[in-house]
Amino acid sequence: MAGVRVLVGTRKGAFILSSDERRRQWSIAGPHFAGWEIYHMKGSPVDPDRIYASQSSPWFGQHLERSIDGGITWDPVGNEFAYDGAAMTHQWYDGTPRPWEFKRVWHLEPSDLDPDEVYAGVEDAALFKSKDGGLTWKELAGLRNSKTGSSWQPGAGGMCLHTIVLDPKSNGQIFVAISAAGVFRSDDEGETWKPANKGLVSNYIPDPTAEVGHCVHKIAMHKSRPEVLFMQKHWDVMRSDDSGENWYEISGDLPTDFGFAIDVHAHEPETIYVIPIKSDSEHFVDGSLKVFRSKTGGFEWEPLGKGLPQSNCYVNVLRDAMAVDSLDSCGIYFGTSGGQVYASSDSGDSWEAIVRDLPPVLSIEVQTLK
Amino acid sequence: MIRVRLPDHLRSLSGAEREVELSVNGKPTQQLVLDALELRFPALKGALRDPQTTRRRPFVRFFACGEDLSHQPMDLPLPLAVANGDEPFLVIVAIAGG
Repeated sequence: MAGVRVLVGTRKGAFILSSDERRRQWSIAGPHFAGWEIYHMKGSPVDPDRIYASQSSPWFGQHLERSIDGGITWDPVGNEFAYDGAAMTHQWYDGTPRPWEFKRVWHLEPSDLDPDEVYAGVEDAALFKSKDGGLTWKELAGLRNSKTGSSWQPGAGGMCLHTIVLDPKSNGQIFVAISAAGVFRSDDEGETWKPANKGLVSNYIPDPTAEVGHCVHKIAMHKSRPEVLFMQKHWDVMRSDDSGENWYEISGDLPTDFGFAIDVHAHEPETIYVIPIKSDSEHFVDGSLKVFRSKTGGFEWEPLGKGLPQSNCYVNVLRDAMAVDSLDSCGIYFGTSGGQVYASSDSGDSWEAIVRDLPPVLSIEVQTLK
Repeated sequence: MIRVRLPDHLRSLSGAEREVELSVNGKPTQQLVLDALELRFPALKGALRDPQTTRRRPFVRFFACGEDLSHQPMDLPLPLAVANGDEPFLVIVAIAGG
């Protein structure tokens, strides 16, 4: 029977929420890895029972886990992320050079073709790839060694590679986003890279239109149309129609264009979702929680708050904490800093909490089980 | 046998009991004990020592017989009471309630 599995990474463990295709009754399993920060979990599109999880702790470093039974049992896999090649420096907050130092895995992106192939975006920013199901990892060093690497600088959350978007047509194109460097594109499966930030304007950096230095929070793509990308930047919601060659702003009538998460409807490539917050310090809007939807690919946005708290609500939604399912009536899901996971089974028209009292949610991924 | 006492987080990570017994070849040192611990519980690889530098993680310390061994050379023989199993080798982590 068709169904949905929601993978929830939190500050204190992982949870797996499951339902049939009606999405009315949910079972909640967890916490897995209780007490550990789970930055991200994601399943293989080829083998949905193959799930990877990034488990970390300031005390004990990075660990990676893999499940082959849909998250019922887990086994540790490789946690050696060795930067490739000569020691390099990036810029520290004060502009001084600082050697790259591995801290954690922010994002895991399994291949669309091979369950043993998976990418990891890490802090300090780099992209790693495993071809053996996560047992061993090799850096795709062309990214860090590209001409701008030494000028990259961390955002307040660290210098993290947090977004990996793979070309669904398997033409070797990969997009990554780094805070606070920007978007980078490879056309040769990650061997070589170039910045893809033309059109971004960030008025809080010395050169607002610089080639790199932009705090891109998240990018999203509809798999049927890989040349179109959507972006939630530190400020501004952006769009590219030419595979990141040029970006233009689509914030339109949003009440504020600051936010972290952005995603695309599973069946409507021009329908996109963001969750605006007031600013980089005020992570809420007037005490109410609203998702904004554009059915026109940007510019025109409608608030979606039915079923969401509309008073005394001051939670935030982080960059990796929104996802969609691909059932006929597209489901939208997001998790909050208050531990709620909200779901809509009607493309955002109405919402309900699947679960309310988890630890702060760091990431959400959804698997549609056929 | 060397007795090694582990904090809760490492028990949940590895499935180990609070105290585990290990045998090492030769005179026990911190290095040999940690190598044996990681061999017996592979999930602990990288948890106590950075896998790249092999340096002790900053929030982790090692004690035995009332002494802090954290800053001693890793190849220094452990106290006799630890070597013969009378006293445990303690893995102690920075206290936090968060």
